[in-house]
Amino acid sequence: MTSRQRLWFFAVAAAGLVACYLWAFAGLPGFGHYPGPYGQVILNEAVKQTNATGVVSAVNFEYRGFDTVGEEFILFTAAAGMSVVLRKLRGERERQPLDETDSAAAARPTQTGSAIRIPALLLVGPTALIGWWLASHAQANPSGGFQGGVILASAFILIYLSGEFLTFRRLSPVALLDAVEAVGAAGFAVIGLAAVAQGFPYLYNYLPLGQTPGAVSSSGTIALISFFVGLEVAAAFVLIVGELLGQSLLRQRSA
Amino acid sequence: MQIVPFLVVAWVVVAGLYGIVTSRDLIHQIICLIVVQSSTYVLLLGVGYVTGGVAPYFYDIPLHTKAVDPVVQALALTDVVVEAAVTALLLSFAIQAHKRFGTLDPHELAEFKG
Repeated sequence: MTSRQRLWFFAVAAAGLVACYLWAFAGLPGFGHYPGPYGQVILNEAVKQTNATGVVSAVNFEYRGFDTVGEEFILFTAAAGMSVVLRKLRGERERQPLDETDSAAAARPTQTGSAIRIPALLLVGPTALIGWWLASHAQANPSGGFQGGVILASAFILIYLSGEFLTFRRLSPVALLDAVEAVGAAGFAVIGLAAVAQGFPYLYNYLPLGQTPGAVSSSGTIALISFFVGLEVAAAFVLIVGELLGQSLLRQRSA
Repeated sequence: MQIVPFLVVAWVVVAGLYGIVTSRDLIHQIICLIVVQSSTYVLLLGVGYVTGGVAPYFYDIPLHTKAVDPVVQALALTDVVVEAAVTALLLSFAIQAHKRFGTLDPHELAEFKG
């Protein structure tokens, strides 16, 4: 198929798709007039029931907690899948970064300038703090394990950005990250199973809900699950980024 | 005016699909897939919006303030996570394709067949 034919084929298909879209949209309630009763019930009950003022977190980690277990394991599987796809193939070896006789070393870009290095290293601490804060405040604010975990992981990526790839690797040993990721993923599942052991439904919120809505000690399992999700997400993202960056250290033996 | 957010959704989907069809580079294709997927955020948040509603967080506003639907917001969060996972996997496939065949052009890659 030539690219011109392909484009015509696409134009016809896209026109059909758009027509179906418009037909479907015509049947939707107008923008701003969502009549869904489910969301309204949760809005009315969530804060009273869970003592979490972040209703989205309450939905994620309690009302639809089972979905979130699946979501977390999608990320877990993706990180595992990446390390399988990007494993060291036969004929590849890791380049020694300080091997100056290496012809590739001469082609390596010059060292990162201090205009990037210093701000990046200065930002590592605050970034990690914000990530930790977000991961542990799912019950109060628009935050939670997923958001906090990604920001925690970017603290590690800032270390890489400052030109310290070897430090990045030393600070994120794969064995430790694997363990943290497993603890995070399993923690969520085990908190749910603990409810079953006590005779409640899976992921039932059996911990004390605290007195003040939105306080760190409130909302029972929601805050705890969010924290474990934060661990899992941070470890998974550092693993994923480490896998991708580690590719630059590989080279074909024939090269 | 009520249909504008939904027209944006259709536009973003078709623009992303056009990019995937015409792309000559796997990385570019993956980015186009992200564009297609981001239409779902617009759709979810557009569907759940309630005129005059605030974000569903009652930390410093009184309970029973009119708020937008929290369920679609939670779904959008799930969506973001799945997108990140899919993108990471696709990028690693692109790396392997480049290692094996020395090209990222899907047209050239199609000639290798397995």
